[in-house]
Amino acid sequence: MAAKGEPLINSERCKGCGLCIANCPKNILEMSKEFNSDGVTFPTLNDEETCTACTFCATMCPENAIQIRRF
Amino acid sequence: MEEKILMKGNDAMAEAAIIAGCSHYFGYPITPQNEVPAYFAKRLPQVGGTFLQAESELAAISMVMGASAGGARVMTSTSSPGMSLKQEGISYMAGAKLPCVIANIMRGGPGLGGIAGSQADYFQATRGGGNGDYQTIVLAPGNVQELADLTILAFDLADKYRIPVIILGDGYLGQMSEPLVLPKPSGKTFEKPWAITGAKDRDPQFIASMRLTPENALEQLNLELQETYRVIRENEVITECYQCDDADTVLVAYGTAARIANKAVIKLREQGINAGLLRPKTLWPFPSEILRKITNDKKKVLTVEMSAGQMHEDVLLACDDKNKVDFYGRLGGALPKVDEIIERVKSYE
Amino acid sequence: MSKMTYAFPQSLSETRTHYCAGCGHGIVHKLIAQVLDELNIREKTLLVAPVGCSVLAYKYLNVDGLEAAHGRAPAVATGLKRVQKDKIVLSYQGDGDLLAIGAGETIHAANRGEDITVIFLNNAIYGMTGGQMAPTTMEGQKTLTSPQGRDIADVGSAMRACELIDTLEAPYYIERCSVHDVKNVNRTKNAIKRAIKYQVEGRGYSFVEILSMCPTNWGLDPVKSAKWIEEDMVPYYPLKKFRDKGEEA
Repeated sequence: MAAKGEPLINSERCKGCGLCIANCPKNILEMSKEFNSDGVTFPTLNDEETCTACTFCATMCPENAIQIRRF
Repeated sequence: MEEKILMKGNDAMAEAAIIAGCSHYFGYPITPQNEVPAYFAKRLPQVGGTFLQAESELAAISMVMGASAGGARVMTSTSSPGMSLKQEGISYMAGAKLPCVIANIMRGGPGLGGIAGSQADYFQATRGGGNGDYQTIVLAPGNVQELADLTILAFDLADKYRIPVIILGDGYLGQMSEPLVLPKPSGKTFEKPWAITGAKDRDPQFIASMRLTPENALEQLNLELQETYRVIRENEVITECYQCDDADTVLVAYGTAARIANKAVIKLREQGINAGLLRPKTLWPFPSEILRKITNDKKKVLTVEMSAGQMHEDVLLACDDKNKVDFYGRLGGALPKVDEIIERVKSYE
Repeated sequence: MSKMTYAFPQSLSETRTHYCAGCGHGIVHKLIAQVLDELNIREKTLLVAPVGCSVLAYKYLNVDGLEAAHGRAPAVATGLKRVQKDKIVLSYQGDGDLLAIGAGETIHAANRGEDITVIFLNNAIYGMTGGQMAPTTMEGQKTLTSPQGRDIADVGSAMRACELIDTLEAPYYIERCSVHDVKNVNRTKNAIKRAIKYQVEGRGYSFVEILSMCPTNWGLDPVKSAKWIEEDMVPYYPLKKFRDKGEEA
């Protein structure tokens, strides 16, 4: 199944709370191994085929660090 | 000749505020200033203004803060216990550089005290009153005409310097009826580009006393305030001298106490004793320099107050020779007596 | 062709907030910004910020802002609105501010039907001062000042703001929402939008309470904090519309 979109994650705004990961219905976000300049891990997409552009991750983000590109 | 009308002090102050363009009043009932909110409640709607009785003095001064931030000329009034509650908002407004006029028609304290007029809030008024390094301008009218005239001035000074201005009267002055000529508007206008009116065609702006970042931002704000206070000290002192030139003894008094002191001076002169009266009309800034110059060559200086000697401390600070400064005061709403003043002055002979 | 959705709201400042990771304030700020964009009222919105964690809220929204003393935001908003009558005045407050030190101002602004919108973020604790017991702290909840858990026999039970305000005649709109999951965040946005829209229409006082996470002071991670709202707070603080005079009409 082709992805309907993708989250664009501004890792520098992220504080690493993980609410996006917990609320992703497809479970395709995970914490990064690397750190941003604040020393915080941030979400990354682990499956580029499955995103439905549902915006749940962006909706839950307190930092407004996620925008969604719909294909 | 302009028409004189008979008005109560509290009513005259309220009418003068409306003449000065005060469009909003927020207050909470307390004796002996209850005529003020009653007058505004009747008059402000007639001139398109807004009167609102707040749920407390704390709320009233915060409403004043909101209205001031919105750009209005706004006033509140209270009496001593209520003034203590208003210190919260006054400190915030001082820090946020917001203009307003606050009348404290003083009564005796501490605590609930009594309802008779007093001058026991001098320290509170002239030392800032709330938390932080700040001042308010403090005007001290001595009669009903002056109460009205200084109210016009209070609004101009508040807007000119973006500072809370206190009209420090007392219960006797507020309740007293005297003939007066209603003052005219000063005609001065002040732009308020800092007001909170919506970020249309400009960047958003905010009004706040808080400064957390960058480092030293709060000290910078304080330095700006202190600079404003310096300019006010240099330019806004008002005082009145009565028969000081050839006086051996100069009385120093303000407000109702000055009326009594004035009477004592007249009677002393009738008895061949050269007394004079120096009457500050601004308590902050205090006329220290004028006082120093006038009293330098006098034999005695006597502060007369309706307090335990609060302005007296400023008199002492101003006079080079502290030994010649004496104090006479009555407390808790009692009035100084002319005869007692005369007796005290005679004891210097 | 690709299209951006969930773009950065114009009414939201790009300034990074000082809020802790997972704090609900950021979500609520974002929702307010989205609503101001959608109603096209950013330029006429005036925000009164409280004392508490959201003391700097005026820095995070691209609107004019004003500080209030602790608890006095509804009074400050009252004064401001009565001068700037055609503007939209928001009073943004936390639980200590709104229900403890500012209980009087809260009740009386509501009772006057003051034409303002109060956004009340309830996270059951004092955040800015490091986690003391709030009027909304749950029974048994441990805080710095209730180390054994809130003892309701000693300090009373958690206060419900919507229910209190719902006893008054004047308020036009009262709703309690939460930001612990996507469905409820969306519901919160709708409530904020409705509340503010009513002010645009000059209908009077509107009140939106929002249950919100305080992971740092709850000692829970953000995801567990969201769960705690769902399992512990929501049963005590029912999520519902208490009053909507616009719908009744």
